[in-house]
Amino acid sequence: MISPADLVQIPLDDWVNSFVRDFLVPNFRPFFRAMQTPITAVLGWLDAFFHWLPMLVFTAGLTLIAWRTAGRGVAIFTLVALAFIDMIGLWSETMTTLSMIITSVLFCAMIGIPLGIWSARSDRVLFVVRPILDIMQTIPSFVYLVPIVMLFGVGMVPGIIATIIFALPPIIRLTNLGIRNVRGDLIEAAEAFGSTRWQMLWEVQFPLALRTIMAGLNQTLMLALSMVVIAALIGAGGLGLTVYTGLGRLNVGAATAGGIGIVLLAIILDRITQSLGEKKAVHTPSLWQTLRSMFALGKPGDEEKAGKAA
Amino acid sequence: MKPKLRVENVYKIFGDHPEQALEGLKQNKTKIEIFEETGQTVGVQDVSFDVREGEIFVVMGLSGSGKSTLVRTLNGLIPPTYGKILIDEDDVASCSAERLRKVRREKITMVFQHFALFPHKTVAENAAYGLKIKGEGATPRRAKALAALEQVGLAAYADSYPDELSGGMQQRVGLARGLATDPQILLMDEPFGALDPLIRREMQEELLHLQKKLKKTIIFITHDLNEALLLGDKIAIMKDGRFVQVGTAQEIVDNPADDYVAAFVGDIDRGRVFDAAHVAERPITVELGEKNAAEKALDLMEEHNRNALYVVEDDRIAGLVTYQELAVAAREEGRTDLSEVLVTEVPTVSRDTPLNELYGAASAGYPIAVADKRGRLAGVIEPQAVFSQLSGEESEEVVSTTDEADAGAAQKGERQ
Repeated sequence: MISPADLVQIPLDDWVNSFVRDFLVPNFRPFFRAMQTPITAVLGWLDAFFHWLPMLVFTAGLTLIAWRTAGRGVAIFTLVALAFIDMIGLWSETMTTLSMIITSVLFCAMIGIPLGIWSARSDRVLFVVRPILDIMQTIPSFVYLVPIVMLFGVGMVPGIIATIIFALPPIIRLTNLGIRNVRGDLIEAAEAFGSTRWQMLWEVQFPLALRTIMAGLNQTLMLALSMVVIAALIGAGGLGLTVYTGLGRLNVGAATAGGIGIVLLAIILDRITQSLGEKKAVHTPSLWQTLRSMFALGKPGDEEKAGKAA
Repeated sequence: MKPKLRVENVYKIFGDHPEQALEGLKQNKTKIEIFEETGQTVGVQDVSFDVREGEIFVVMGLSGSGKSTLVRTLNGLIPPTYGKILIDEDDVASCSAERLRKVRREKITMVFQHFALFPHKTVAENAAYGLKIKGEGATPRRAKALAALEQVGLAAYADSYPDELSGGMQQRVGLARGLATDPQILLMDEPFGALDPLIRREMQEELLHLQKKLKKTIIFITHDLNEALLLGDKIAIMKDGRFVQVGTAQEIVDNPADDYVAAFVGDIDRGRVFDAAHVAERPITVELGEKNAAEKALDLMEEHNRNALYVVEDDRIAGLVTYQELAVAAREEGRTDLSEVLVTEVPTVSRDTPLNELYGAASAGYPIAVADKRGRLAGVIEPQAVFSQLSGEESEEVVSTTDEADAGAAQKGERQ
C-alpha cells in the first residue's frame, strides 16, 4: 500500500530539536534566566517564612482563617489535618509545597486576571488566546518539561514555571467569562453615566465578575496541586518529591504518606478558596457593618449573621 | 425659545452597508423588504424633533418600533448612522469620546426599564454612581445621593442593597441615580414598564409631581398610550422606526394622522385626555339688572337655539334661566324680573377639569359653567358636547368653537 510517508517525510522532531537547541537556548537563555528572578524572590521569601513560622502558630492561623471564611466544620478539619501531617513527619515538606503552590497561584493570578480581562474586552484577543489555552490544557505536561529544563535548568523554580503553564488556563477562561457575563444593562448604565473604561472595569465589571474569578482561582489552585509530583521530576522538592522518591524506591509507605499530605492540603485550600468565592459575590459587608451587627443588640441571630458575613 | 435637545434627521441602520439601506428607504421600501434585499436592519429612519426645556416629550410605540434604539442614540449609547443630535452646542452624534463623556456626566442621564441597579452597591452608592464617576469626594457625594433619595422617598433605605427592595422602590432608586447629578435632560426608557399596574400609576403621579418642582427636560419612552397621554406635554407615535405623528395628547386623540394611530386612540379613555376648556363654548349671557333682560334672554335663546342661558351680575355668575320657565313667566304672566325664575344652583367647573369628572353635571341637563380662577364665567359647556366628545364622534364644529371660546375668554380677561 502506498502511504503519504513514501512521498514526503517531515522530520518534525529534528526541526524542533534544532530550533530549541541551536536557536532558543543559545540566544535566549539569559532572557529566560532573568524571567526566573521574580519567581525565585517570591518563592525564597515565602519558603523562608513558612519554615520559620512555628507549626502551632501556622495551624492556629490557618484554622482561624478557615473558621472565618468557611465555618466551623472546615476549621476543625484544618486543625486535625495539619496535626496529622505534623505527626506523620511531613511538616517541612508540606511547607515547601505550600510555598510553591502559593507562588504558582500568585503568578497565575498576576498573569491570568489581566489577560482574562483583556480577552473579555476584545474578541480579537480572545481569538488568539483561546487556541493557546486549548493547547495548554490538552498537551501532556511531560512534553514541555524537557524544553523547560533546557531553558531554565532544574530545581524549584523550573518546577514552578511548569506548574504555572499547567494551571494558568482556568483563571484566564473564568475571568474572561465572568467579565463577559456581567449584565448588558449594567454596562449600559455605567456607560450612560459617563464612565471611562477603567471606571467601568473597576466599579462594575470586576466586582460583579469576582465570584467567577474566584472560582477560576480555585480551579487554578487545584491544578497547581496536581502538578506537585510532576514538578518533582525536574527537581522541585516538597511532598511531590516524597511521592516521587517513594515511587522510585518502591517505598509504598512513603509514597502513600506524601500522597495523603497532598490530598489534605488540597482539601483545606479548596474549601477555604471556594467559600471566599461564594461570599464575596453579592454583598461584602464592611468590617464596620460586621462589627456593628455583632455588638448592636446581641440577638442570637445577629451573631450568626455576622459570622456568615465575615 | 431655543430647544434643549434638537434631533435632526437621525437614522440608525444596523449592518455593514447602511448606504444600501438608505437607498432602499429613498425608494419607499419597507423595513422588511430592505432586510430581505440587503441584510441591513433599519432601526430608526429620518427622525427629527425638538424638545424644549422643562418639557416631557413622550415617544410611544410598540416593541420593535425603534423607540429604545432612538432613546439610546440621544446619549450616544448607540451612535446614529446619520443625522445630528444637538444638546446645547454639542453634537452627540459626532463629538469625541471625551466630549461625549462630559455631556453624559453633566447634562444627560438615563433611567432604565429593568432598573439596571448595581447589585454590589448599596442604594446610596447606586444613587451616587454618577457623582463618583465625575470625581466628587465621598462626603458631598453621599449628601447629594441622600438628597436625591429623599426626593423619591427612599432616604431610609440608603444602606440597603437593591435586591432587598421591591420593583417600584428599585425604580425609585434608578430615578434618584438619574437625578443625583442634577442633569438637564433625563432619558427614561420604559421606566415603569416592568412594574405592576397599581405601582405604575403611583409612579406616574409621582413623576408628574416631581417634574413640577424639578422642571427637567424629559424624554420618556413607553408602549402604553394611556401613560403617554397622561405624562406627555408632547407625544410622538413611532412605527417602523419613524414618527407617524407628533403632537399634544389632545391633538393626537382628536386628529389621528392615520389608521395606525386611530386604532390606538380608539380605545383610550377620552375623558382623561380632554378637559373642560376643550368642549366649552363662548358664553352667551344676559346681565341680571339689564333693561328688558327677560325679552333679550328669550330672543338670544331662540336665536342660538338654546334652552337655557347664563345670567351674570358684574361678571359673577348669578345663575341660569331656562327657556321654558322664562317664557311662561314673561310672555304669559308678564313678570319680567329674571331673579324670580333664576336657578342659582348651577354646575360650575374650572377650565382644566377633565371631562370624565363632568358626567354627573352633564346628566343634569343644564349647560355647565366654566369659571376662571376669579370666579368669572369663561365658557359654557352644553351637556351633549361632553357626551359626543367622550364617545369620540367628535365634529369639526366642536373643535372650532373651542378655539373661539378660548379666544373669547382671553378677550374678556384683557378687557378687565
